[in-house]
Amino acid sequence: MKKFKQNEEISLIENVIVDNMEIASGVYLLGVERPFNFVPGQVVGLTCTKTIPPRMYSICSGKDEKLLQILYNIKPQGLLTTQLARLKAGDKIYLSPPSGSFYPKPQNSWWIASGTGIAPFISQLLSGKVENITLVHGSRTLQGFYFEKLLENTQGIHYIRCCSGEVHPRVYEGRLTHYLKEDKELPVDEIFFLCGSPEMVVDTRELLIKRGIKFSNIGSEIYF
Amino acid sequence: MVMKKSLLGMTKTEIESVVVEIGLKKFVSAQITDWIYKKHVTSIDEMTNISMKDRERLKEHFEVGRQEPVNVKVSKDGTKKYLFNSSANKFIETAYIPDEDRFTLCVSSQVGCKMGCLFCMTGKQGFQGQLTAGEIINQISSITERDKLTNIVYMGMGEPFDNIDEVLKSLEILTSEYGFAMSPKRITVSTIGIIPGLKRYLHESKCHLAVSLHSPFDEERKKLMPIQVVYPLQDVLNELKQFDFGLQRKVFFEYILFKGLNDTPRHVKEIVKILHGLRCRINLIRFHPIPGAPFMPSEEETIESFKKALVDKGIRTTVRKSRGQDIYAACGLLSTKKLVKQEESDY
Repeated sequence: MKKFKQNEEISLIENVIVDNMEIASGVYLLGVERPFNFVPGQVVGLTCTKTIPPRMYSICSGKDEKLLQILYNIKPQGLLTTQLARLKAGDKIYLSPPSGSFYPKPQNSWWIASGTGIAPFISQLLSGKVENITLVHGSRTLQGFYFEKLLENTQGIHYIRCCSGEVHPRVYEGRLTHYLKEDKELPVDEIFFLCGSPEMVVDTRELLIKRGIKFSNIGSEIYF
Repeated sequence: MVMKKSLLGMTKTEIESVVVEIGLKKFVSAQITDWIYKKHVTSIDEMTNISMKDRERLKEHFEVGRQEPVNVKVSKDGTKKYLFNSSANKFIETAYIPDEDRFTLCVSSQVGCKMGCLFCMTGKQGFQGQLTAGEIINQISSITERDKLTNIVYMGMGEPFDNIDEVLKSLEILTSEYGFAMSPKRITVSTIGIIPGLKRYLHESKCHLAVSLHSPFDEERKKLMPIQVVYPLQDVLNELKQFDFGLQRKVFFEYILFKGLNDTPRHVKEIVKILHGLRCRINLIRFHPIPGAPFMPSEEETIESFKKALVDKGIRTTVRKSRGQDIYAACGLLSTKKLVKQEESDY
């Protein structure tokens, strides 16, 4: 049977890389001149060659910023990310138009992320004012809190870092699920937005439901 | 020690290529496919029409790759749940469901699942790895009921379109003359709607398709199935409506009924609206409660009236029998969480 050529079906936009910086070990922030408008929380398909199918990534920059940025980590077995990491300013990449509808609410909500799942939340806070947000970010290592300076200095965000593999006086020691278990005052009427690995999303969602949060108040995006 | 590659799960083209690579004649590949996919041998030594010298050569590089199930549980209704230890010491389950003259095998395509659907036990165990085509085929090859199977459904653990290369390879082997020579009309692959995988499947296979629907409303479906925020149902339906399924190939929609949540006349009305123009069938499924899930199964009376309302609107609708619930083999209950060592997480 004839092999279906996926990339011929998708309208991919050619872009020139402005920056592709390693911001932590194996984690990169790639920027191109913003080719389209988008809503914070949306995803784009990204590939470095038309022969590799694009992978979906959350946009990690503000809606009005000059650069459109994507946060990605290298998957050791991954064909795409290992090639992406070798690209430099001036090289070409291909993006699909923005899609998706994970829209973190910028007021009175909890944003919970693991690893690069922080991206849609960064996009939201760089896109306008945020108010009464609790942001819980989980990482195995201290260097995994990629945007901590920005988050520490943003008004309206209560920023909690949870590190399961290393210790630091200003960081909660343990998984973010442990932190949430210990927190006695989870607001049952606020909206919770979860983004990251399947394990984090599934474990956190289960815990929140046990703590009395209605499942209809939990929005999730899973990185797969 | 060099790891030997499994022949099970290789397509005819792949076997031809490796056979020539190790210095054997190309025709040996046809003998191999015959032995592994038709005669179901478990060792290269059993391939007696291949010369001893060639078998020795093959054995230097390959093994058949058959793995027997490590456990089987039998339900009071005759359903069986097989447990397999996949290559990376990770466990998967396969359900065999006899029903009068139908003998269906429900196979897994991944160890665990990444999709995180709120009502699914497999989703609760997270993701531990992809299955190879060989590991998918092995679930069929190695069970005692192999020769009487009438239907195969990819509805076990995992999302098939998140492992599309291996799933397509396994389907080629199942439906090709050189392989199991099954009719594609006997095979159904179920997805939650990963569009890139869906497009390839539609074009590269002739098997039936099942799509997990569970709610026709965007906001409701998002809460049940996180995939909806990336690949919304409307986009999935647009793909299906554009595709020519012909007369033989079928599309099913799977719909688990949750009490008071998605079993109302409002839902019927919307389902009818969104499926308009698509020749399809809806399978209504009773929810089998899992720990921590915040909803209940719909009442039998509601299920029947929901079915009737859809039928009255011209949509072919059936209610799927619940099978193997006592051994956790029923829809949405497969899980090997207790057996898998949890991977190091990113948080």
